[in-house]
Amino acid sequence: MTDNQYYYAVARIRSRELTLLNQSFIEQLLGAKSTDEALRLLQDKGWQMPDEYTTESDRVEKMLAAEKKKTWDLIGELVDDMSVFDVLIIENDYHNLKAAVKEALTSDRHPEIFVGGGTIEPKIMEEAVKSRDFSPLPEEMKAVAEKALETLLHTHDGQLTDVIIDKAALEAIGKAAKKSGSDVLELYAGLKVASADIKIAIRAVKTGKDKNFIKNALAPCDTLNTEKLAEASAEGMEAIYDYLALTKYSDAVPELKKSPSAFERWCDNLIIRNIRREITHPYTIGPLAAYIIARENEISTVRIVLSGLINDLPEDSVRERAREMYV
Amino acid sequence: MGIALALLGAASAALFAGIGSAIGVGRAGQAAAGLVTEDPTQFSRALILQLLPGTQGIYGLLIAFIALSNIGLLGGNADMSMDVGKGLMYLFACLPMAFVGLVSAMQQSKASVASIGLVAKRPDQFGKSMIFPAMVETYAILALLVSILAINGIH
Repeated sequence: MTDNQYYYAVARIRSRELTLLNQSFIEQLLGAKSTDEALRLLQDKGWQMPDEYTTESDRVEKMLAAEKKKTWDLIGELVDDMSVFDVLIIENDYHNLKAAVKEALTSDRHPEIFVGGGTIEPKIMEEAVKSRDFSPLPEEMKAVAEKALETLLHTHDGQLTDVIIDKAALEAIGKAAKKSGSDVLELYAGLKVASADIKIAIRAVKTGKDKNFIKNALAPCDTLNTEKLAEASAEGMEAIYDYLALTKYSDAVPELKKSPSAFERWCDNLIIRNIRREITHPYTIGPLAAYIIARENEISTVRIVLSGLINDLPEDSVRERAREMYV
Repeated sequence: MGIALALLGAASAALFAGIGSAIGVGRAGQAAAGLVTEDPTQFSRALILQLLPGTQGIYGLLIAFIALSNIGLLGGNADMSMDVGKGLMYLFACLPMAFVGLVSAMQQSKASVASIGLVAKRPDQFGKSMIFPAMVETYAILALLVSILAINGIH
């Protein structure tokens, strides 16, 4: 689909951007004294409250799921070929692949470990892995599914299986981004892969993995030298900080030193800051992709704030996790 | 041969400027429809911004009329033995409107689409939003003037 086909869609998205949550609203939400007060604020912003729910957490999850659905329904109305946005949802497929591979070792079914919103129905994935007939899966997933299942059956090493699938997921994200032909989606995928590689390197230090294991776990990345990152990871945390200080991710070092959640927040904020330029772009697919990312970002921030309220967490610790908003 | 070239000039002005406007108004119309889908109260503002790239088609038509009138094709007293030189003069006189009309309408539509986005976010800035596409109009008007002066200068 060429860029000049999105005049209608972008004009609608421009109107919808007015309803996105901004930083001052998040401040208001952070100041809410109770879950009810926070939910009332969201309701005033047009967020739908579920009619039926069992617990407070269930109520929040249902509300967030409805908001997520609202976003994808809108995009579905605006774009004929939704495959351009696969890069944003392909991660769910690989999560389900992990779940299906692990479930294949047990005799029970665990539907609750699968997530929706991917490109493949979780049930299809589950059955393909269970029956070892990988033909219903996309071409690039077949070999990964087979390799992961064989590895788990022979080694019973869940971590190794996760590494195989996670790396394949990151590679799939990169490929889907290139296929989309959208600058903003390529940028998103690049940052996603880079932040995942940094997390893998950090985790490897903490679990004492050797250089070969780390090298195999890291996904190819345009903005990081995975060879050097693996070497640094094998040496220790300081070596990772020294290497990152020489890259465009030097700002990540103080966040990594603070806490893993501070780094997670930094990664999400970096994506939002980089896609913000789409606010002024009048007719490409970029503003649509940016809107989806912005909505996902605000939904995850609302989840953080509401979980904090439900679990009585101190405001400062919730504030530390709250993401920057797109508008 | 001369009369055919003169007619080609008149037709080019109407044709290219008209194509530019059709593309431009269609493009801006898509954005306007998007805005009105979300906020029907913005219809009149969106309509004005949609129509801005339509003026080049009108200018092209005007040049075609003036050229046809000068050639005498409208009154039925055309000089069928017009020499090639005079025919070429009419053709070249119409070209500014033809080409500037085509390009400016297409570029103006992009400015209109962006301005519709501006109105979507800040309806109170409608006045300013009209200025951006209107700036492109300047060049269509300049081409219109050149074409009129050139056609009227042919004797």
